[in-house]
Amino acid sequence: MSQAYTPGLKVVARERLRRRRVLPLPGEVLVQAGQRVAARDVVAHSLMPGDVTPVNVANLLSIAPGEVPRAMLRHEGDRLTIGEPLARSQGLFGLFKTECPARIAGTIESISSVTGQIMVRGEPHRVLVDAYLAGEVVEVLPESGAVIEADATFVQGIFGIGGEAFGPVERACPDPAHDLTPALLTPAMRGAVVVGGARVTAEALAAAVRLGVAAIVTGGIDDQDLRDFLGYDLGVAVTGNEPVGLTLIITEGFGDIAMAERTYQLLAARAGAAAALNGATQIRAGVLRPEIVIPWPDMQAASAAPVAAGGVLRRGATVRIIRDPYFGVIGTVGRLPAEPQVLGSGSKARVLEVVASSGEVFIVPRANVELIES
Amino acid sequence: MTSLTPAQIRVIVATDCGSTTTKAILIQYLDGQYRQTHRGEAPTTVEEPVADVTVGVVNALTELGELAGRRLIDDAGQIIRPATADAGCDIYISTSSAGGGLQMMVCGVVREMTGASAKRAALGAGAIVMEVLAANDRRRPHEQIQRIRELRPDMILISGGTDGGNLNQVVQIAELVAPAKPQPRFGGGYKMPVIFAGNRDAAPLVQQVFDDSVDLAIVDNLRPVLERENLGPARDKIHDLFLDHVMAHAPGYDKLIAWTDAPIMPTPGAVGNILETIARRQKINVVGVDIGGATTDAFSVFDGKFNRTVSANLGMSYSISNVCAEATLPSILRWVHFDMNERALRNRVKNKMVRPTTIPQTEEALVFEQAVAREALRLAYVQHREFATALKGVQQQRSVGDAFRQTAGGQCLIDNMRLDLLVASGGVLSHAPRMQQTAAMLIDAFEPEGVTTLAKDSIFMMPHLGVLAEVHPQAALEVFEKDCLVYLGTCIAAKGRGKPGRECFQYAVHTETGTITGAISCGEMRVVPLLPDARARLDLHPARGFDLGAGPGKPLECEVRGGTVGLIFDGRGRPLELPADHAACQALTSRWVAALDLYGGRATAAPAAS
Repeated sequence: MSQAYTPGLKVVARERLRRRRVLPLPGEVLVQAGQRVAARDVVAHSLMPGDVTPVNVANLLSIAPGEVPRAMLRHEGDRLTIGEPLARSQGLFGLFKTECPARIAGTIESISSVTGQIMVRGEPHRVLVDAYLAGEVVEVLPESGAVIEADATFVQGIFGIGGEAFGPVERACPDPAHDLTPALLTPAMRGAVVVGGARVTAEALAAAVRLGVAAIVTGGIDDQDLRDFLGYDLGVAVTGNEPVGLTLIITEGFGDIAMAERTYQLLAARAGAAAALNGATQIRAGVLRPEIVIPWPDMQAASAAPVAAGGVLRRGATVRIIRDPYFGVIGTVGRLPAEPQVLGSGSKARVLEVVASSGEVFIVPRANVELIES
Repeated sequence: MTSLTPAQIRVIVATDCGSTTTKAILIQYLDGQYRQTHRGEAPTTVEEPVADVTVGVVNALTELGELAGRRLIDDAGQIIRPATADAGCDIYISTSSAGGGLQMMVCGVVREMTGASAKRAALGAGAIVMEVLAANDRRRPHEQIQRIRELRPDMILISGGTDGGNLNQVVQIAELVAPAKPQPRFGGGYKMPVIFAGNRDAAPLVQQVFDDSVDLAIVDNLRPVLERENLGPARDKIHDLFLDHVMAHAPGYDKLIAWTDAPIMPTPGAVGNILETIARRQKINVVGVDIGGATTDAFSVFDGKFNRTVSANLGMSYSISNVCAEATLPSILRWVHFDMNERALRNRVKNKMVRPTTIPQTEEALVFEQAVAREALRLAYVQHREFATALKGVQQQRSVGDAFRQTAGGQCLIDNMRLDLLVASGGVLSHAPRMQQTAAMLIDAFEPEGVTTLAKDSIFMMPHLGVLAEVHPQAALEVFEKDCLVYLGTCIAAKGRGKPGRECFQYAVHTETGTITGAISCGEMRVVPLLPDARARLDLHPARGFDLGAGPGKPLECEVRGGTVGLIFDGRGRPLELPADHAACQALTSRWVAALDLYGGRATAAPAAS
């Protein structure tokens, strides 16, 4: 047994999932414990303070900053409408007074006698948090949000772009090794979560946006196609807010790579079911991988999913090779030699054997495999 | 914290929790001296599903224990302390750069003055500077506020104004930050730490601007007068707040802090400590580089002046795609001596980005990764040279004339001709299978001029020793001398340009066993073996127009040290330029690969499969 491991991605047919849905700032929770919620139901809302605009009244009235508080016609906490008098200078012997009208609407937050500027905060923005996971509210977080629980099919991707999306699962590719091309997309897929197979082409992405597809889940994408789709070269894998018209989740990686058979079969088996997914990816500390969640209509008596203990490479464990020259090969762990071995690169590293379903054995560095958790 | 005296400490375990890998070393007191005996590593586990840095630490220590035949972790997953004959350790210490390190936003009134000083203070403390906000940065105030709202730094440093000077604009900066209500990166569990290190007269006014939604700390002005920086108090406060607020809220760090016998130090701070020690003890100019998964840190000590820069998105895993975007693929491929499929390469780069812990298995993958490293290092060094115009620490003098042109126009402190020692650190440099590869990456990226000693951190130990020096200086120094630095040799490179084939310089290498003479042509590289412990006297005669340190065309005599590679004579000229034509460039790099025997004479290797 070895303690060296690479955490893998989850691909689970049925698991008790929990999702904390919280506001970015305190607000009102609209649901109660025990309540059933749909994915798009709003569970909490709040008002986010509006944008702040500084207005330099001292400059506008040509007075010293220290005179600004006396010149103000409106005070901290007062609401402003555009055009109304905001401040007036004392003038010379009461004459030649200058007036400063409000150029923006909002509320006066502060008046500074040091800088002579006031801060006007604009109208607050309403922030809504929906349930995302269709299921049961199991905990209400006061002024913050709720915890939703449901049994669901759960698949983690390796990389995604775009934020949360919803829609029924629609299979487009006949098998996991089939590229997702425009010909496989139909108008009926508008608003759907389309399950592809291997690589999605640039043309298919463009066609999907035109058709109004909510999301695409497929095995791979070519870097060049991603760059063309985004309009820029992605430098670091921190995504989730790309305004590209749909959410894209890649399950395996970049290049010509088929979706793992198990992942494909799981998704295909749930065709027609309502899915929620999130393309947000953050490959930094506190890594965030994209996910597809397809709730089951009922909850079985199973207890909550066990806390992941962190994968450990053991003989027989299912792994995927995640680096060339065998990128994408899935197999089981064979021998785990304790002593480091010399690789083709000339480096020494601890290795393991991966036995593919064909019986072929690959020797790869332990760092170059990931566990497929199920 | 341990109650043992230094003399009682016989077994030391140290870890460095990097953004990709957690590296552990074992130091033992053997035969009257401290030696580093074993190392182990495991992927860092700050990410889901584990999200607890201590799991990676336990994994690394378990591997270390397996390799050392010493049990370090008990059944409850705790570090066994104190040491017995075959188990445990006496002290455990750690550095950390996981979680992207310390990320800060800094503010000043004038970007090139107090803004630059604030940036230097943050960098010196080991931070990544996400944003420099200044009254003169040409953004409108609401745009600046919006930017603050978008960022989620770990802490904010506000400077501005000399003591007794301008109040207005200093308070104005605070008035931009306060209403933005910045949120800390690791969530709402703690208040955003804000340090004010500006005009002391403005401090009470700044205090009034902020409400209790932030944790405001006021320290001495980092620019009390225009001609002087006082970075120490701000830097110390950054360290304190980093430990108390930021690290305590990163995944699992509360446990890790409780485990360690000394405060956890940011990795760059620890590396800086050790490099400063080398420069001070040997009275030399040093440049060090630590290339990690997400960032590249460059350090320099020239004439006793320390500088550090961090290139936030130049790294070999998380940021590898950004290196390719910034450097461009053609620039990277000029270092590759065979044809590669560009489309496949781009996909490989992205796959490395999304699965950052993988390592090259084939020689082709290694050559490409080392080419990326050259460009990452080159870009990081360019950034360092642009910034290293300043002074570190308290009460450092700077003339008024210099003060107005610190960033772009300030005199660069880095002079490659006066560089004595170039130290390599970080996985791609430290773990290169052949020492020649490390030397070649350093020379190609940094372009040292004249006579420069090259060394590498043997197993990426400098961070560990940097923090160990705080607890047990004797052990740190002994291990540093004997086990840390591996001398690669000495690079002798002529400054100047000449036609290929024309003579660049002549050399005579005098050793105890005899004299070797030769001439280097323009464009040529040659290695003369000289063992690691050996020294040699060199007589160098540069051709007209070339400079080896004594001036153009002037001969130079010097003593040099050997290394695992030996003496590397570099006649390619400075600045180094490669042919724009792809085929010509490939032919030239092939010659250099052969001259340095970089890959053992193989073009590409067959993958290791059964």
